[in-house]
Formats: sequence, structure tokens, C-alpha cells
Amino acid sequence: MGYKTYTSFGLPTFLVIIVALYLLFTDSGEAFDVGRFLEETSPFVWGSLGIGLCIGLSVLGAGWGIFLTGASILGGGVRTPRISTKNLISIIFCEVVAIYGVIMGIVYSSKLQTVPEAQLYTRDNYFTGYALFFGGLTVGFCNLLCGLCVGVAGSTAALADAADPTLFVKVLVVEVFGSVLGLFGLIIGLLMIGNAKEFLPGSPAVSAIRI
Amino acid sequence: MEGLFFNVDTGFLEGIVRGYKSGTLTQSHYASLAQCETLEDFKTQLSATDYGNFLANEPSPLSTTTIADKATQTLVDQFNFIRSNSVEPLSKFLDYITYGYMIDNVVLLITGTLHERDTHELLERCHPLGIFDTMPALCVATNVEELYQSVLVETPLAPYFRDCLSAADLDDMNIEIIRNTVYKAYLEDFYNYVSTIGSTTADVMHNILAFEADRRTINITINSFDTELTKEQRAKLFPAIGRLFPTGNNALAKADDIDQVRQVCENVSEYRSFFDNSASAQTNGDLGDFGVAAQLEDRFFRMEVHLNKLAFLQQFQYGVFYSYVKLKEQEIRNITWIAECIAQDARDRIHDFIPIF
Repeated sequence: MGYKTYTSFGLPTFLVIIVALYLLFTDSGEAFDVGRFLEETSPFVWGSLGIGLCIGLSVLGAGWGIFLTGASILGGGVRTPRISTKNLISIIFCEVVAIYGVIMGIVYSSKLQTVPEAQLYTRDNYFTGYALFFGGLTVGFCNLLCGLCVGVAGSTAALADAADPTLFVKVLVVEVFGSVLGLFGLIIGLLMIGNAKEFLPGSPAVSAIRI
Repeated sequence: MEGLFFNVDTGFLEGIVRGYKSGTLTQSHYASLAQCETLEDFKTQLSATDYGNFLANEPSPLSTTTIADKATQTLVDQFNFIRSNSVEPLSKFLDYITYGYMIDNVVLLITGTLHERDTHELLERCHPLGIFDTMPALCVATNVEELYQSVLVETPLAPYFRDCLSAADLDDMNIEIIRNTVYKAYLEDFYNYVSTIGSTTADVMHNILAFEADRRTINITINSFDTELTKEQRAKLFPAIGRLFPTGNNALAKADDIDQVRQVCENVSEYRSFFDNSASAQTNGDLGDFGVAAQLEDRFFRMEVHLNKLAFLQQFQYGVFYSYVKLKEQEIRNITWIAECIAQDARDRIHDFIPIF
């Protein structure tokens, strides 16, 4: 067991156990209340986190894919310069993944409107908050994995093209199928917020937080 | 998972080495080389390949040793380019490749010194990939202990020499034992190192190194028939890796003639074909023991080329670097063979090389 395992698994587990036992033994076990956490967290937190994850993970996937492909194109292009132009299409497929993230970020952020604190906590606002969070997470993860897939396939495409030009179109078909994964994420993300209204102020009686 | 982070440090170099590999000579190149009448034609044909004008500054008449030396120099230049652009763990992997050549150089220098050859001449005959700084100091060799303390302890070969410090005096037989003991330690160390750097590299390199170990085991066995090497000494030279380990190694340690070696190899399906035709040829009375050994050597080279070609089918692993060096060496042996046949006008055996692609 090295230092890495101890610090990454052992320390957090230890801290969690200490906190849990402290709460338990000082008769404040009720402080651990998931329902209260969900009710008291502002829907803005959920919404903004969702949008951040959406664009952040999409860009991570796109960047990862681009460096995977780019390194191989540069290496293969030293001896076979003709591959460098054709293989830019793999880079474009990776870039498209980031564009999906941007589109969803823009669509989601149109739901964010300012609402005073006293009128924020309505059922519809809770729904919108959660929908934005999990929609953003879905789109982000789909795009991350799509970017990785296209990146690895693009790297192999570049090296295969350098060895034998007839192989390029065949490996490109694999990449096309890979890039459709990002599109799936986009579609599902749009469906998830299809029924979510933007943040609207509710009437004061309904929307105050219960203390 | 290996594909996710491999390209960070090694993507560019992998592209470069695959580019080098696509420049190796193919059957059509060999066919046109074999049709050359003189070595000048040969040089012109080679200038149209990736070798380029590597012989441009050589005075005519060309000799085959010059061709071989210059071709090896192109390999060394390519290897040094990759080595200088690499970072850990690839740089350590490439260093491991050079240790094999270092061992050969060390043994060459010790043997040469014992037979009282000129130091300068010996240093020129060393393989360029295996040169290290303190090499000239090896020429004052008297016994292994002194050699170790003064020179070898600072080189990367130090851990491999520890087992053979007890060799009493340096004579021809002992030097061969030293060479094989050191190489055994090197192969096992390389095998273990490769297991630590990732599963894809380990898969590819384990196959290649296992075959290398088995090849050495079989060669040591066959070469030790009718010599003073005892069976215990022989058994200690077999590497502890490979398909013949441990039962095959035990059987080969007790073998007395080539038929027993063949029986041991029958148990391993990949090696069964090594002895096939040689058995039938022996009944015709064409080949003696020497012919069987030569054919076996040929079969070993073919198997090695086959395994090294397979390494290029996997991406995101370091085996391609090792395989490229070995395939390029085979190619240099091939063109040297063709050049020799042309120079000595022995055209009937000109096609006796091992084609790669």
C-alpha cells in the first residue's frame, strides 16, 4: 500500500467516519438530514453547477481527443507529410464535441433568471434546478467519452493512413460512429429540460423556506 | 486505458518510429538489389530508398564492410534521435535495448585484450549502440573481480555481473560462460521491467523476450555438445523465462544429442517446425550436424522477424521501438548478404536472406 492509496482512499474515509461518529455520540445525529439539504440548497446552485459541468466536461473531452490525435498526426507527418491535411477531419470531429457543450450551455443558461430569495423556493424552481444539474452532467459525460473515443480512433487513423492511404476512409467510418455519441448526449440533454420552466418568482406564502 | 495517456509523452515518437518502419525495404526493393551487377549499382539502388545518400562520401571501390558500417550508422542515428527526444519511462526502455549491445562490446573487449589485439582496433569494432564512457578502460583486464571494481560497477551492467564474479581466470570458455550468465541476468531483468510499464507493452515484449530466451537456451545446449561444459554449468546459463521454462530447461540440461533437443521442442507447438525438415534432410545424408545448426539459425531468424512484425499491430505500447531496432538490424544483415554475394559473384545464394515485409 503506497502513499497514494493511503491519502486518496484512507484519509477521506477516516475523516468521514470521525465526523459521523462525532455526530452520533454528541446526540446530533439528526443534523445529517438529506431532505433538509435538498430543500435548503438554492436551485441556483444546482443550475449553475449543471451548466459548469456541461461545458467543462465537454471541453475536457474535446481537448483530450485533440491532443491524442494531434500527437499521432505530428509524428506520422514527419515521414508522410500528405496525412496532415486529410487527418484534420479527426480534429474537427473532436472539436464538434466542444461545440455541443457550448450549445447546451447557452440553452441552459437561458433558464437562469434572477428571483429574490423569499420567492425562490417553488416546486417548479426546484424542478428546473435539478433538471439543469443532471442534464448538464449527462451532456458533459457523453461529450467527455465521445471526445476520448474520437481521439483514440483518430490517432489510429493517422498512423494507418501514414502506412497505407487506402485505410483512411475505413477508419474514418469508425470515427463517425464515435462522434454520434456526443449527439446522443445533446438530444437527451435537450429532452431533459424540455418541461423545465425558467426560474420564476412564486407567491410569498408558497415559496418561503420552512425553518 | 493505455490509449488515454500514452500519447502525452510518446505519441509523436511512436509516429516517428512507425514512419521509419514504413521505410524498410520490401520484396520489390530486394528484387531490384539482387539484380545489381556491381556494388556501384547497389549504391545507386539504395539511394532511391530511405537510406538516401548514406554512401555518398565513400571513395570507390566500395567494400561490403563499409556498406554495413554506414547502414548501421543510419540505424544508430535514428535510435539516438528517438532516445534524445524521449522521457521516462520510454527512455529507460530504450536504455534497456542498448544494454544487450553493451554486453557484447564488453565481452569483445575482454576477449580481444586476452588475445593481445590492439586497443584501438577493438574499440572500432564495437557496436555503436552499446558504447559507454569508460569502455577503453576495459582493455586492462586481468581478472573479473578487478574489472568489476574498476570499470563495470559504474555502468548499468553492474547488477548483471554480480553472479559471475567467482569465475577464476579469463580463458575462452570462461568468457563465454560470463557472456551467457550476464545476458541471462539482463534478459530476466528486462522481462521484469517490461511487466511494470503497462499491460500492452508487457504482452508484446513478453512474447518477444520469451522467444529470445528459448533461442539462447537451445543454442547453448547445441553448442555445448562435445565440450568441457558440464551439465550443471550448462543449466545455470538458461534464462528463467520463456516457453521452455521450467520443464524444457530441465530436459535440455540433461540432453546429449540433437534428437533429444528435438523431442523437447516437440512439446512446444510454436517450436515444433524448427526441426522438421532437418530430420528428413538428415536421412538423405545431405546435411551433417553443421547443416542442421545453420538451418535452425535461419528458422530462429524467421521466427524473430515474425514476432517483431506482430509488435506493429498494437498501438500505444513501447514494443514498436524494440521491434524496429531488431527489424532494421535484420535488414542490414540482408543487404550486407546481398552485397557480399554481388562482390564475390556467388549469385546462386543471393536469395538466401530473410524478407521482412
